[in-house]
Amino acid sequence: MTAPVKQHLIDPAVCIRCNTCEATCPVGAVSHDANNYVVDASKCKFCMDCVSPCPTGSINHFVQVATPYSLDEQLSWMELPPDDAATGAGAGVAANTPVEALDEDAAALLADAHQGSGGKVRRPPSASEPRINLFSRRNPAEATVSGNLRLTPEGASADIRHIILDFGSTPFPVLEGQSIGIVIPGKDANGRPHALRLFSVASPRDGERPNTNNLALTVKRVAEMRPDGTELHGVASNYVCDLKQGDKVKVVGPFGSTFLMPDEPEADIIMICTGTGSAPFRGFTERRRRSMPNAKGKLHLFFGARSPQELPYFGPLQKVPKTLLDQELVFSRLPDKPKEYVQDRMRTRAADLGALLKRGTTHIYVCGLRGMEAGVEASFGEICKAEGLDWPQLRAAMREGGRYHVETY
Amino acid sequence: MNIVNVDYDGLIPNNVGLNADTRVKAALEKWHPGYVNWWHDMGPEGFQQSLVYLRTAVSVDPKGWAKFDYVKMPDYKWGILLAPEVEDRRIPFGAHRGEKAWQEVPGEYRAMLRRLIVIQGDTEPASVEQQRFLGKTAPSLYDLRNLFQVNVEEGRHLWAMVYLLQKYFGAEGREEAEELLQRRSGDADTPRMLGAFNEETPDWLSFFMFTFFTDRDGKMQLEALAQSGFDPLSRTTRFMLTEEAHHMFVGETGVGRVIERTCDEMKKAGITDPSDTEAVRRLGVIDLPTIQRKLNLHFSLTLDLFGNEISTNAANAFHAGIKGRFREDKLDDDHRLENGTYPVLRLVGGKIVKEETPALSALNMRLRDDYVAECAAGVGRWNKIIEKHGIAFELKLPHVAFHRQIGEFSKIKADLDGNVLLDAEWEKKKGAYLPSSADRAFIESLMKPEFRPGKFASWIAAPKTGIDNKPGDFEYVKIAE
Repeated sequence: MTAPVKQHLIDPAVCIRCNTCEATCPVGAVSHDANNYVVDASKCKFCMDCVSPCPTGSINHFVQVATPYSLDEQLSWMELPPDDAATGAGAGVAANTPVEALDEDAAALLADAHQGSGGKVRRPPSASEPRINLFSRRNPAEATVSGNLRLTPEGASADIRHIILDFGSTPFPVLEGQSIGIVIPGKDANGRPHALRLFSVASPRDGERPNTNNLALTVKRVAEMRPDGTELHGVASNYVCDLKQGDKVKVVGPFGSTFLMPDEPEADIIMICTGTGSAPFRGFTERRRRSMPNAKGKLHLFFGARSPQELPYFGPLQKVPKTLLDQELVFSRLPDKPKEYVQDRMRTRAADLGALLKRGTTHIYVCGLRGMEAGVEASFGEICKAEGLDWPQLRAAMREGGRYHVETY
Repeated sequence: MNIVNVDYDGLIPNNVGLNADTRVKAALEKWHPGYVNWWHDMGPEGFQQSLVYLRTAVSVDPKGWAKFDYVKMPDYKWGILLAPEVEDRRIPFGAHRGEKAWQEVPGEYRAMLRRLIVIQGDTEPASVEQQRFLGKTAPSLYDLRNLFQVNVEEGRHLWAMVYLLQKYFGAEGREEAEELLQRRSGDADTPRMLGAFNEETPDWLSFFMFTFFTDRDGKMQLEALAQSGFDPLSRTTRFMLTEEAHHMFVGETGVGRVIERTCDEMKKAGITDPSDTEAVRRLGVIDLPTIQRKLNLHFSLTLDLFGNEISTNAANAFHAGIKGRFREDKLDDDHRLENGTYPVLRLVGGKIVKEETPALSALNMRLRDDYVAECAAGVGRWNKIIEKHGIAFELKLPHVAFHRQIGEFSKIKADLDGNVLLDAEWEKKKGAYLPSSADRAFIESLMKPEFRPGKFASWIAAPKTGIDNKPGDFEYVKIAE
C-alpha cells in the first residue's frame, strides 16, 4: 500500500466555473472541460494562491488519498466523492480524509496531538469550512503583537501569557479550535531553523472584539528543571512569552480541520482541559456567546489547574453566565484539600454527563497534557457503565459522527 | 513601489504610482467629486448610511487580495488596481502578433481603443443605476450585501476605465470620463450606450438573471480585452475579472436558490406537475415556467450585446491587436485569422442557415458561441437541482434567433427552437415565451424585504455557505434607520 498523499480538489457542486483559479494558478495545475474545473495532483504545489480569489469557496478542499484522483475522474464528477470513498486504483487503499495541514511538520504535530481520539477523526458536520495553510514558512503572514498580558501572578510557579497578534490588512481567517505556527528567528544548535511549534487559537473567528483582524494565544513559558539539575528552556514558548507590544512576528497556517466546534444551537459541548489546553475553549465559549447566546445546547467545562492563580482566565470565567457555560474548575494543589483532577470531578457529575452522553447532539473535546487522557478515558468508561452504555463503542460512534475530539501534547 | 501593494495614503487607492503622476492624479481628483455625487444620486437608494460587510481589494497579490469589513458604501475605497506587469509581454494576436505589447496608445488605433474603453466603462455605472431600488425588497441581509458588493465593484470598474481614459487619452479622455457620469440608464434623452443596460431591473429574480446572463457578457468582453496588445488595458481587465467572478456567483447561485426553494415547496406540498402554476404560486414560490420565461427574456436581451453577426469593427479590433478572442492564449491557431473561416448562423432568404464566414469577420459570433456554451453549462447545473427533487421539468436556453433586436434575426420572429414565425403567430405565442404583466405582478407581490439576520424570504433558499465563511445568522448589513 502506498503512503497516503494530500490532494487538492474543487467541489463541482459549489463551483461556478468562473475560471478565476485557472487564471490565478502560477503552475498551470488547474484546467477544465465543459463540465468541471480540476486540479492536476502532479502539478499542484499547494501554494494556495487560488484559495482567496475564489468567489464560492469550492476551491477549498484538501483530502488525503492513497492514490490521487486522476483528471479524468475529477472531470466526470457532479459532486465530490464522499469522505470514505475508496480511491479506485489498487487494493487496500486508504479512505479519503480531510487534511489538517499541508505543512509536513504541522501535519505531523496535529496527527500526534489527535491520536488520543483513537481513530480517524472528522469535523462536526455543521462546522464552518476551515481554511488551512494560507501562509507557509516560505511565505508567512506578518502580524504585530498588540498585547502580551501575564495571566498568572508574579509569584506563581507558571508564567502563562495572553498574547494578541494583529494582522493589519492581511486576511488571516481562523476558526475556533484551529492552530497557528510561529516562525522562531535564529537557528538551533545544529545550525538549522527552529522546529515549528503550533499554538491553539484562543479567540473566536471574528477576533478578540467582534470584527477585529486579530487573534489571541494562551502560551505557557516552558522553563522546567530536568532531573540532572539543568533547565529545559522552551525556545518557542520563551520567544513568544518575551514578545513586546509592537514586535513583528511571522505566522504560518492556519492549521487544523477537525477540532472545530459545531455550528448548531442544539449541540451540547463538553470541554475537558488542563492549563493552556483551555485556549480553544475560550474561543468556543466566546463564539457561542456572540453567535447564539440563547442556544438550546449548553457548554460544559471541566478545567483543571494546580490552583486558581495558575488557572488561565480564572477571573474572566467568573463572569460567564451559567446559562451559557456550566463550569467545573478543579484544583490539584490547594492547601488543606486533597488533590482533585478533572476526571474526579467528572465522576462527581456522573449523572449529568451520563444524560449528555445519551444525546446525539453532544460533542466532546479534550485538550491539554497527554497525561490527562487515561484518567478521562477511565471516567467516561465508568460513567457509561453505570448508564448501561459501552464507552469504546460510543466513543467510536461519536468520533465517526465528528463528535469526539482529543488534542493533547 | 511594490506593484502588488496598494497605496492607501492618497484620496485614490492605487498600485499605479499615482503620486508620481501629478497630471493624472489631478485629473482624477477633479473627477472624484463628480463620481461621489453620482454615487449619492444614482447608487443604492436608502442604504448609504448602512454598514455593509464588504470585500475591498487591498492588493493584487492573490494571497490576500481582498479584505472583508463593515463599510458605509460612500466610504468604499474605490481604487485603481492593475494586475502585475508580465515581463516582456508580447502582442498575442493580429497583425502585430509577436511585437512588444504597447505601454502607450498606438496612434493609428487611438479612436478604436477609446471607443472600446468607453463602451465597457458605460456598462459599469449603468448596472448600478438599474439596480438602485432593489435594496428595499431584498430577500435577506445576505442577498442585500451581495447586491451592494456587486454595486461597489461595478463602481470600481468605472474607475478602472476612467483611469485609462484620463491617463492615455488627454482632453478627449477627460470629456469621455465626464460623460460617463452624465448618461443615465433608461433616460429618454441621455440613455446608456447599450440596450440591455437601459432595461429595468424591477425585482430580484431579474437581478439574478441579469448577473447570470448580462454580467456574463461583461465577463466575456473583459476576457477579450484582457488579451489586448495595449498592456494597461490588459492588466486592468485581468484584475477586474477576479472581481467579476463574484457577480457570476451571485447570479448562478441566486437563480439556483430560487429554483431550489420552488422545488422544495412543490415536493413538500406533493405537487408533481410543474405546469400547475396556480398551485405552485399559492405556496409563495416562483413556478418553474415563469423562471423559464424570465430566462428567455434575459438571455435574448443579452445576446444583442454581442453585436452584428458579421462585423468589420470586431475584425479591425482583432487585426489591430486591440481586442482578442475568449482565452486567446489557449487557442491553437495562427492568431491572425487572415485565411480561416468560422460557421455563423445567418438569415438567408428568410431562413436560418449555418454559413462558413471569413473568421476575421465572425469574431462577435465566436465570442457569442463561447458565451452560449457557458450559459448552457450553468443552466445544466440548475437542471440538476430540479432533477434531484424528482420534478419533470427542464430549463432550456432559447434559440439565438429568438426575440432579437440587433443583428440579422431582428428582422424576423422566431420561436424558442428557432422556427421562423409569422407576425400573427408570434403575437399569439409570445405570452408563453416571455414574462407577461401578470407574471411580473406575481413576482413583485413576493418582493417583501426580509431584514432579520439569518432569515430568507419565502421564495428563495438559504445559500450553502456564507460569505467569508460567516455563519448563517451573520448580520451582513447593519441597516441605519
